[in-house]
Amino acid sequence: MKILKIFLIIFLSIGFSQLKSDEKNEELKNKILKNIRCLICQGQSVYDSESDFASSVKLIVATKINKGLTEDQIYEFLRSRYGDWVVFEPELNKNTYILWLLPLLLFLFGGAIIYKKISIKNYEE
Amino acid sequence: MKNKFRLFIIIIFLIFCFGIFYKGLDKSNTYAPKIKDKKNITIFEAKDFNSGVYLNSEEIFKEDTFYIVNIWASWCVPCRKEHPLLMELSKNESVKLIGLNYKDNIKNAKIFIDELGNPYSQILIDDDGTLSVEFGAYGVPETFLINKNKKIISKFIGPLNQETFEEIQSIIK
Amino acid sequence: MLASQIGYYSLILGLLLSVLLCSVSIKDLNSSSRQINQNVLFLSFLQLVFVIVSFSSLILSFINSDFSNETVFNNSHTTKPLFYKISGTWGNHEGSLLLWLLVLTLFIFIFLIKSRTQPKKYRILTLLFQQIIIIGFFSFILMTSNPFNYLFPIPLEGLGLNPILQDPALAIHPPILYLGYVGTSIIFSASLAAVTQDYISKEWGQHIKKWVLVSWIFLSIGIMLGSIWAYYELGWGGFWFWDPVENISLMPWLTLTALLHCIIVLERRVMLTSWVVILSITTFTLSMCGTFLVRSGILNSVHTFANDPARGIFILIFLFILIVLSLGIFFLFHKENNKNSNNYFWLSKETSILINNWFMMYFLSVVLIGTVYPIFLDVISSEKISVGPPFYQKLMAPFLIIFLIFMSLGPRLKWIKSKIENKNSIIITFIISVMLAFFIIRYLTTDLLFHTVLVSAAFFLFFTTLKELLTSKFNNISQTVAHFGFSLLILSILFNSILSSEIITNIKVGEKYSYSKGEIFFKRIEEKKESNFNSIIAYFEIKNKNRKIIELKPEIRIYNQPVIITSEADIKTTLLQDKFLVMSLVKGNEYFNIRYQVKPFMIWIWISVLLLSLGGLMSLFKRSYEK
Repeated sequence: MKILKIFLIIFLSIGFSQLKSDEKNEELKNKILKNIRCLICQGQSVYDSESDFASSVKLIVATKINKGLTEDQIYEFLRSRYGDWVVFEPELNKNTYILWLLPLLLFLFGGAIIYKKISIKNYEE
Repeated sequence: MKNKFRLFIIIIFLIFCFGIFYKGLDKSNTYAPKIKDKKNITIFEAKDFNSGVYLNSEEIFKEDTFYIVNIWASWCVPCRKEHPLLMELSKNESVKLIGLNYKDNIKNAKIFIDELGNPYSQILIDDDGTLSVEFGAYGVPETFLINKNKKIISKFIGPLNQETFEEIQSIIK
Repeated sequence: MLASQIGYYSLILGLLLSVLLCSVSIKDLNSSSRQINQNVLFLSFLQLVFVIVSFSSLILSFINSDFSNETVFNNSHTTKPLFYKISGTWGNHEGSLLLWLLVLTLFIFIFLIKSRTQPKKYRILTLLFQQIIIIGFFSFILMTSNPFNYLFPIPLEGLGLNPILQDPALAIHPPILYLGYVGTSIIFSASLAAVTQDYISKEWGQHIKKWVLVSWIFLSIGIMLGSIWAYYELGWGGFWFWDPVENISLMPWLTLTALLHCIIVLERRVMLTSWVVILSITTFTLSMCGTFLVRSGILNSVHTFANDPARGIFILIFLFILIVLSLGIFFLFHKENNKNSNNYFWLSKETSILINNWFMMYFLSVVLIGTVYPIFLDVISSEKISVGPPFYQKLMAPFLIIFLIFMSLGPRLKWIKSKIENKNSIIITFIISVMLAFFIIRYLTTDLLFHTVLVSAAFFLFFTTLKELLTSKFNNISQTVAHFGFSLLILSILFNSILSSEIITNIKVGEKYSYSKGEIFFKRIEEKKESNFNSIIAYFEIKNKNRKIIELKPEIRIYNQPVIITSEADIKTTLLQDKFLVMSLVKGNEYFNIRYQVKPFMIWIWISVLLLSLGGLMSLFKRSYEK
């Protein structure tokens, strides 16, 4: 009897952790699919599209997550076949440094101008 | 002086932007992923159409010859249009054609082949479209040209036409 | 057919009038009288009349399904309902350009009437600058985008309008949006005129503020209508996609908001004069740039008009000329006002407005760079990348937090020099906001520290402005209402995105789908025929835990011309949440794929934009006793 109970508990906890990891996989899958462009639709993500291409990609991403690939590896897989364009979030590489950094540089530049305007007065004060 | 300098910089910047947008107008809008680095074929396993046996990609592409991978389906209208060109290509000894039957019904696919002829030395089943994604395809029809080093050297999106047909012929000579 | 002829010749007459107007007004510039020659007003009115006639003839051609007109042929169909035949007039490239002209000529005429107390030379110069823009558009239309091209033999039927454009929100979205961002043309022309006359002063500030407000209000509502359309029509439950065309409407809004705040300073003190002119030029430039990007085919988007590079080149050159001209005038005529330019005490309302502009310009740069960078990269290195929502969200969210806090504190500061009064109440409000945010986010078990901080900042603004609304004696109520509206907007968007839930599944008729919070029952299907489409209506019953049932009936429509299949979502809206159900066909199956979303506070997003605009409206009608 006791052994049965122990088996039951072990069984359930494996099942439960499987459920939890299934949930996490589902979340990860949705996160990735929302970030991938459906290449035959106009601007939709694979998550939002029901087209042939989108359904195939959904299956592939699910398979790869189950195989244990990380998010970055999956993006890399798709990028190597379809180009950077297929992923909505631009990666930070030599092509996109300016893209990510220019707004921040402009912000600092603006801050410097304002600082000058304010501190001159305080100096004169 | 400072003002004039600023104005000068701004004008240069504007001319630069103007030039970029002007060039940008010429660029084609349809995105076709270019084959920049010739890529290796991925390793995959697929079910053979006729025998139902699972084959390994190494076995499929084992010969020292050019390969053409053509994605097709019985429900795909442009595939019918390009089929005669595929039949022509299959007569060429320096290339072997591998068909990828995409999201199709086996019966309908068999009827299609019986009706229009079989240019393929081998047909693989891709009933959920995942194999096409492995190749980097969008949909159907699509054709890939693979060289003797097992690298993908060309990709043709949409049905083959006379121009692309001749392009392939000249490469595999 | 006659309508097309009338329309076409009206355009030509309008263009000739422009030339006439320019010469008459230039002569009037040098005349000695203090008021504008009545002829100028009359000619401007006549020009407006011609544009109205032209626009009306196009509408008439659409109503009559006159397919001898190429534009009508390309964009209409006899079975279209009347309302959409009319709105189809401005839903295409050529017609929308006529709308541009209409707003350009209308606004300059209203400007002339309403500015009688302004200096004469300033008014004439504004007219002249506006005429340059008007002539540009007349030429553009007549040379590349004639709405009155004649087709022979006359086709019996038209090509029809894309069905997703046949929606009430989208029908009125262009006119309202155009009143907004074409309206910035007046600000552009007036600023240039004022610069040449060294008229950037307090009086000018008070006068131009009304125009800035009018543009801003229409632009805000126009953008909101576009989002509402996207939400109802595009079927994915989203309302903002950081799509290039959406970004293009957002950018002038950002600069216009910054300009509005600068004008509030200018009304009282002669400061930030050069910046005001630069912002005015930038705002209109962005509007024109937007026109370029959307119509030239250079951008890839859900919304783009038909692509035509030839048109793109024309706009590009025109845009370039306008920018060079305006910058040239600025550098030539602007006199830096040295007396006041450095009078910024660090703790003052002026400084907080400077900070507002600083952040606005940052947000603008994020949107601008995100939208045009892919074009630059493609031209320079032939690499194509996507810049999607994650980019914008990641770059803007952290700064939004700080911005919200500044927005709460800024309006409390006095002009010139200020102390922080009521420090205690500020700190208490802040603590309450943080605690409330923490409690709510924790309850939702989203483990994001980031969300808590963002929501706290939004709450802080919310409570601060709420307190102002309830306690102040209507001092600056327009500003408080607008800021309150903004805080509500951020809060609704945040909670909507955190709390939204979605179920996607395949289901067939008669089936029930159970999930944690309830059950979806696919009752039955009905088929219906309308004038230009057939539809399959699916009846669903959604039962929640409290056994309450609501019925949703999404549709799949098959339009006849052009043949397009669309999914129409059914949305039940309440103050608390929207229930959103959309359905699509699964190939070769009796199954349907459904997406059921519960979206809390959706309607508050629209309400808050209306509140924002209401604040602007209140400022417009404010009497001058309120300072």
